[in-house]
Amino acid sequence: MGTFHTGKHELHGITVVVDTKGSEVYVGRCDDMDAEKVILLDADVHTDGDGGRSKADYLGQAAQWGVFPKHRRLVIGLAGVASVRRLGEL
Amino acid sequence: MPYPELMIRPMREELTSAGFEELKTADEVAAWQGQREGVGFLVINSVCGCAAGMARPGVRQALENAPKRPDHAATVFAGQDVEATASARSLFPQVPPSSPSMALIKDGELVFFLPRHRIEGRTAEDVSSDLTAAFEEHCG
Repeated sequence: MGTFHTGKHELHGITVVVDTKGSEVYVGRCDDMDAEKVILLDADVHTDGDGGRSKADYLGQAAQWGVFPKHRRLVIGLAGVASVRRLGEL
Repeated sequence: MPYPELMIRPMREELTSAGFEELKTADEVAAWQGQREGVGFLVINSVCGCAAGMARPGVRQALENAPKRPDHAATVFAGQDVEATASARSLFPQVPPSSPSMALIKDGELVFFLPRHRIEGRTAEDVSSDLTAAFEEHCG
């Protein structure tokens, strides 16, 4: 038994990786997505090379443990996004 | 903001009826952690059906069917019992918070963690399978 949400994108409630065409990658719980934007809750963002970690390094750790959220809510324009994937599938 | 207790009671009972001790305060978490030896199984329960709807049945299946099982099991309810949840998460501060999630703690050390994103979109059988494998590896 649980609660379910109607009228949202199929990724609603799912932890996703939003990889951009640039150096940033986001991980957070998808609230909704449409043709223009994806909205993440409890999200973290990593810039390639920050702390000596590549995107792949960062995502490897995120896939194992999750992320410490730095943003309660983020709206990311899809124009700059390369892919949106489930973190659980990495 | 917490949900009405009447709404979440069945979600609590889905675990307590399977033998879980429900921890509602930081003191109860400390007592559970401090007085036990062996392998403890801690489930951070939650309301959201996106993941928790399959988490609880998966937990029950694993405890019913696994050849090896943890010595004691407890649960806290994220978003409802805030103090207890924060205290439970402080047992493994290196792990980002997520709910539902599940931890095996052996002799005071975290030996297995199943975060929310490894539960989302999966079946109860999948969750049970992961837990059964972890019980097999870590439980006596």
